[in-house]
Amino acid sequence: MKTYKRSNAPIFWLLFGAGGMMAALFGPIMVFITGIAVPIGLLLPADAMSYPKMLAFAQNFIGKGFLFVAIFLFAWHSAHRIFHSLHDVGIHRGVLAKALTYGVAAVVTVIAAVNLWVIGF
Amino acid sequence: MSEQKIIEIEILRYLPESDQEPRSEIYKVPFTDDMSVLQGVQYIKDNFDGSLTFRWSCRMAICGSCGMMINGIPKLACENFIRDYYPKRITVEALNNFPIEKDLVVDLSGFIEKLEAIQPYIIPKEPRTVEQGEYIQTPAQFSEYIQFTSCINCTLCYAACPQVGLDPDFIGPGAMALLYRYNRDSRDGGEAQRMEVAASTEGVFVCGATGYCSEVCPKKVDPGNAVNVNKINAAKDYFLRFLSPKGGAK
Repeated sequence: MKTYKRSNAPIFWLLFGAGGMMAALFGPIMVFITGIAVPIGLLLPADAMSYPKMLAFAQNFIGKGFLFVAIFLFAWHSAHRIFHSLHDVGIHRGVLAKALTYGVAAVVTVIAAVNLWVIGF
Repeated sequence: MSEQKIIEIEILRYLPESDQEPRSEIYKVPFTDDMSVLQGVQYIKDNFDGSLTFRWSCRMAICGSCGMMINGIPKLACENFIRDYYPKRITVEALNNFPIEKDLVVDLSGFIEKLEAIQPYIIPKEPRTVEQGEYIQTPAQFSEYIQFTSCINCTLCYAACPQVGLDPDFIGPGAMALLYRYNRDSRDGGEAQRMEVAASTEGVFVCGATGYCSEVCPKKVDPGNAVNVNKINAAKDYFLRFLSPKGGAK
């Protein structure tokens, strides 16, 4: 009888799912604020994303948490998508594909965590 | 009687004794408006080339034998009509993602193995003797799984699935729909045994959620839904096994 190996995909699939939820809930409004509203001064004041304000946001406990979750979950979400897309175009599930996708997401996660920590409270 | 209409049917032929690779042949087939593509193919066999080989049986979309690629889409030849393609040419090919045995007949042994692997039968939760009587099931419990009993194993979903094409070991949509059918049955207690297959490297997580399997399903089983619901079940099983007093199924 054939034996089956348990897949550890649930870890990555759940990160993908959580990131997809974040992207759906916050992606559009983040694009609107950072890409449209603030640059052209629509609805929001022009200095809404000035350095002191963003620093204060990143030093606030809630702001810091939001930034970390948004960065690392978006990264794992896109990594998983690219991982599966690579498979579709012929770069199959292997060490290389994992390094290029999940590896990058892991690095992004560490960089985000370290920097948000270093920036202080 | 009105003028006889003629349709061109292009068929992918492959005779393993003489052909190095599959080739196409075009036949001009007279047809009436009540003729299915299957009847067109049968006309060719009866009148032009008796060696043309294909599977069919019921002619009424219930046996699941006559799955073919019709103009590139996996369909049952019996429930699609020539009149809907006329005056354009119809191309008929063996189902995608399967090795061709001869002409339109594909080798289904891989699918049969997958079907066996998911144990498509009730594994009783509590075995009962004949004296104990029948298993009682409410209409609500019945409605939980009835949709997934409609599968006729026609394998159109396998021909549609891009992941089956890339990874022939993938358990695939049809077998996964049947796995779900038995897991959801209130009389069944085999979920943990089947989870070994569903949660494996050849299981649900190979699926890329394209959904084309459900689109081509002639019985509206929605195998794509079964696969994706089982991603959740497999993910729960992955993490909750650490909390299970028995240490999980495996």
